[in-house]
Amino acid sequence: MSKESNLNFFIPDNESTLDAILISSGISAGFPSPAGDFKQDRISLDRELIKNKEATFFARVNGQSMIDAGLEDNDLLVIDRSLEPSNNKIAVCLIDGEFTVKRLRVEKERIWLQPENPSYSSIEVTEENQLIIWGIVTNVIKKV
Amino acid sequence: MYALIDCNNFYVSCERVFNPKLINKPVVVLSNNDGCIISRSDEAKRLGIPMGAPVFKYRSVLRKHGVQVLSSNYPLYADMSHRVMSILKRFVLDIELYSIDEAFLSFHGYDNYNIYNYALQIRKTIFKWTGIPTSIGIAPTKALSKTANKVARRHPIKTKDVYIINNEFKRIQALKYSSLNDIWGIGRRLSKRLEDKGCRTAYDFTLLPKAWIRSNFSIVEFRLQQELRGKSTLKLDFIKNKKSIATTRTFEKPLKELKQIKERVATFAVACAEKLRKQGSVCNIMIIILQSNFFRKDLKQHSTTKIVSLPYSTNSSLVLNNQAMYAVDQIFKNGIEYKKAGIIVSGLSQINNSQLSMFDQEDPRHHNLMNAIDNINFKYIDKVKLGNQNLKIKWKMKQNFLSPQYTTKLDDVINVI
Repeated sequence: MSKESNLNFFIPDNESTLDAILISSGISAGFPSPAGDFKQDRISLDRELIKNKEATFFARVNGQSMIDAGLEDNDLLVIDRSLEPSNNKIAVCLIDGEFTVKRLRVEKERIWLQPENPSYSSIEVTEENQLIIWGIVTNVIKKV
Repeated sequence: MYALIDCNNFYVSCERVFNPKLINKPVVVLSNNDGCIISRSDEAKRLGIPMGAPVFKYRSVLRKHGVQVLSSNYPLYADMSHRVMSILKRFVLDIELYSIDEAFLSFHGYDNYNIYNYALQIRKTIFKWTGIPTSIGIAPTKALSKTANKVARRHPIKTKDVYIINNEFKRIQALKYSSLNDIWGIGRRLSKRLEDKGCRTAYDFTLLPKAWIRSNFSIVEFRLQQELRGKSTLKLDFIKNKKSIATTRTFEKPLKELKQIKERVATFAVACAEKLRKQGSVCNIMIIILQSNFFRKDLKQHSTTKIVSLPYSTNSSLVLNNQAMYAVDQIFKNGIEYKKAGIIVSGLSQINNSQLSMFDQEDPRHHNLMNAIDNINFKYIDKVKLGNQNLKIKWKMKQNFLSPQYTTKLDDVINVI
């Protein structure tokens, strides 16, 4: 084994900083799809109905008290707890430990929970009542 | 600065968001199979009901005070926890999810912020968006943030649920009011040894000579002392994969037959193997646990564990099952009423960098077989089982006081009138 070494050593060039970009989709020759530039995400109801997913909850309507606002028995409500309550908004409230959905009426120092059905009457929230506004209704989902 | 945020009485608080009848009343939540009390409202705590108390011992107290009792509703708690943690990530970049209801936050680079006000805002947002009340402790080290959290929890009105230790006076005062048991990571045995040394408070612990701690305890306690002295030694832990995986259950009725026990243990072994595959891990240690009912002093007791060191790293249901069955044969005793069994797998590594063994290798066909089984079970929900798992018996957890799955099942959402 007295043969001369015929191995050549190469030293890698670490100096040059030519960065290559990885194109993970691969590159194909041929004519590209003309629709490629117009690709968009499919319509998503989740994205449409849920603006803040950490604060969004659902509830089922039980009864007719909000029928004129389009909230019918058994409809599904989308509720966003992060929204601020204000006059005219429809809210899920806790009044004296019971869940209810009503329209908020705020006038100076007074608050009413207003149903949307002529056969029901408004509830004025007084100091004796315990009112917690649980969340604001943003959408109604109904089966047809 | 570090912060520890803790959800107050988390399981009870989750239930209260959807069931207003529980507000301002004593409420407890029970463990799997309705065995022990694992979450208590402040009202229940004031009745002297301790954490972890077995229900049967407190039945009369619960009844006398009209305490609301609930089974644990893990789908609900997991969803609410996920919401809380996601909100935190909007406020802080570096988060360590420490448990289902606790997280450490790192406030490095927040020098220009008023951290106390920022924490108040975090707390307010979580409460408004999810209904879950939290307490936040802020301090220069992780261990001190845990102490600060306890101060906030103990004085909710004075602190507005947020307490910050940002000077020596506050540090010393907080530690003087903390018992040894309150210190993060000091167990009962350790606090006994410290008490013998004349320690009564967490502050006393920080005064012990460093060298004495180093020579009498492990590095863990040494670091802890450094932390409580205000020198940060623990960074946030971002480990994604678990270090061990366990599947254990308490049986609804005690089991006496070897065959029954084997069926259960086989199911646990398969469940562990599935969890391993899900996170792309393999294990090389398996621990099999059998326990009789500790509270039934009138019965013969037998509680045992068997540690099996596997010949090679694996996540195959077949291998784990075979090893588990062999172990049960060895440790099972006739005439014992077993109340609980379980499997823990440990020594986890990622599939790709698991160590090769010189002599034994897993049959490579297992990998493909497991893939196929996982795919079928995902599509058709647990159709493929091993021969020693019983297909007919449906093992049900005892959950007599279960609330609806308000956030994860459409049929279970709240009703509004």
